[in-house]
Amino acid sequence: MKLTESLSFRNVTGHGARSLILVILTALMAASVVCGTLVVSSLRTGLEALEARLGADIMVVPASAVSKHNFENIVLQGSKGYFYMDRSYYDKVAAREGIEKISPQLFLASASSGCCSVPLQIIGYDPETDFTVSPWIKKSAGGELKDLDVVVGNDLSVFVGNTITFYGVTCNVAAKLDKTGTDLDTAVYTNMNTIRELIRSSVELGMNEFGKIDPDNSVSCILIKVADGYSVDEVLNDLNLHVRRTKSFKTKDMISGVSDSLIGVSDLIGVLIAAVWVLGLVILFLAFYMSVNGRKKEFAVLRTAGASRKKLSGIVMTEALMITLTGAVSGIMIGLLIILPFNGLIEESLGLPFLLPSLPTAFICAAFALAVSVGAGMISAAFSAYRISRIDTGLILRGDN
Amino acid sequence: MKITAQGAGKDFIRQSAGTNRFTAVQPTDIEIEPGKLTLLMGRSGSGKSTLLNILSGLLPPTTGKVLYGNDDIYAFDDVKLSDFRNIHIGVIPQGQTAIQSLDVIGNICLPYMLKRDTELKSVYPYARELMERLGISHLESVMPAELSGGELRRVAIARAMIRKPDAIFADEPTCDLDDENTALVLGLLKETAANGTSVFVVTHEKDALTYADVSYRMDSGKISSEKPNR
Ligand SMILES: Nc1ncnc2c1ncn2[C@@H]1O[C@H](COP(=O)(O)OP(=O)(O)O)[C@@H](O)[C@H]1O
Ligand SMILES: [Mg+2]
Repeated sequence: MKLTESLSFRNVTGHGARSLILVILTALMAASVVCGTLVVSSLRTGLEALEARLGADIMVVPASAVSKHNFENIVLQGSKGYFYMDRSYYDKVAAREGIEKISPQLFLASASSGCCSVPLQIIGYDPETDFTVSPWIKKSAGGELKDLDVVVGNDLSVFVGNTITFYGVTCNVAAKLDKTGTDLDTAVYTNMNTIRELIRSSVELGMNEFGKIDPDNSVSCILIKVADGYSVDEVLNDLNLHVRRTKSFKTKDMISGVSDSLIGVSDLIGVLIAAVWVLGLVILFLAFYMSVNGRKKEFAVLRTAGASRKKLSGIVMTEALMITLTGAVSGIMIGLLIILPFNGLIEESLGLPFLLPSLPTAFICAAFALAVSVGAGMISAAFSAYRISRIDTGLILRGDN
Repeated sequence: MKITAQGAGKDFIRQSAGTNRFTAVQPTDIEIEPGKLTLLMGRSGSGKSTLLNILSGLLPPTTGKVLYGNDDIYAFDDVKLSDFRNIHIGVIPQGQTAIQSLDVIGNICLPYMLKRDTELKSVYPYARELMERLGISHLESVMPAELSGGELRRVAIARAMIRKPDAIFADEPTCDLDDENTALVLGLLKETAANGTSVFVVTHEKDALTYADVSYRMDSGKISSEKPNR
């Protein structure tokens, strides 16, 4: 080891308790950054995925049954529920101008099922016209979605080829969807025939009361992609004006609640990180200051033996580097160990779409945390390094201690 | 190497007593010659340490300059002056000066650790010879925290001599030594001078005069010749 490293190293290890506290402090700072940036970027990724996943520009639902709020809950939060309107509304909507793609969905909530202890949202869609579900099929047995086939969300622990039973009807798992980071990941999708069959048997079993609803002539929700040359607002206004007893929503507006919460959470995380950092920087600064000040005479002796100013700063900075690097690396490890395995828990407690970013993005977060933590430590030490190197050696040596 | 101070003096600004300038060392002309032990005596606070620091390249003077041979050392930049000190100047500062994280031999070889132009192992024999002469050879790998004041002092002396510099400056080198060790250290410094080194010793011990080739007195920052002992 060269003298600089060995002096720094021995000073760091020689003051075990102090060094340990500083390492823990830097670890905390690094962990706060890596956790914070990972959570925020997971929320962003989740929001983007959700936006893409919803796919439609406009959703049309029956006006009577639904307030905007609980509709959002059903679509985004996966609250279990259902509402129906007559199929004729589908034709009315389809007849309006500015619509490029249109596809109906039919909802059913299951009380329980063979596989799943929790109630599921079962969504019937029309594979012929669908443009929101099919693009996200990740694993599939291939071929078309036949009657009694289901597509399952990513969080359901069944596999393609398994069977799954709803209301006494056994269905085949034909495909699995990509993760969205929302409760849509626990939804099950079927074609229209299958969901009608499921609705009928749920009524037969006395587990649902739809009264006079005729599943063959009902839809729950109509998804619309606006044609080029039309604005979403134009089409939305037209639908709300001309198709009575329905309510049309812009998908983007529905997500705005989510993006508002995301901003709120990001701000909170920012405040927490700032608090940890202000405290950390002050303590680091004082610790380096006191450590260097207490060894003034040693530094002066190094000067008499021919150490340059640069060398003295180098020793102080190397010491800071050893401490902050150890701290930052362990902090990042701890941060990753918190976020990666417990992302499901975080998603649940935040109630927001939460998708871990890709590996390169996570790597960038970690590298960023490393750079700022080590950088901050070095800056806190820089003042002490500068000060000790500037003082005239003769002045330090003159004093008796 | 001959060391010449030309009008070298030092003023301090004393904040406590208003902002008045205080002259610690009057502009001083002095020559320190190789092969001689030059002694500087004087009362405490008279400016001896200040002059020693100026001469040894550790404190820039307010006025005048310091020449080593023909080189004005305070005209050097910091890296060059530091290197110069490393190779040509050995300083035994006042007080305790051990590096706590190095053992005794590490402390002694410090100048070689700072400038790695020589294999460290190859200087150990000379380091051991110095330790032997100073009576501390049994302490080779002991840490400074376990040493007495007198032992630490002798470590500092060995450190100043390890690189066989052209000039050695000692500030009260015998202040915490007993009579026997005082004689030993002064003898060693005298012998080093006799071998061609410029040795400058600050002390307030009259006994040291017997070792001096040249001696000066300092009173309130003003230097004057003391008649040589021999
Ligand atoms: N940095 C300083 N600021 C103000 N006064 C100083 C400073 N350094 C030394 N002095 C003063 O200069 C005088 C000489 O000091 P010094 O050279 O240490 O004396 P000596 O070594 O002879 O005891 C003293 O009166 C001391 O108080
Ligand atoms: Mg003194």
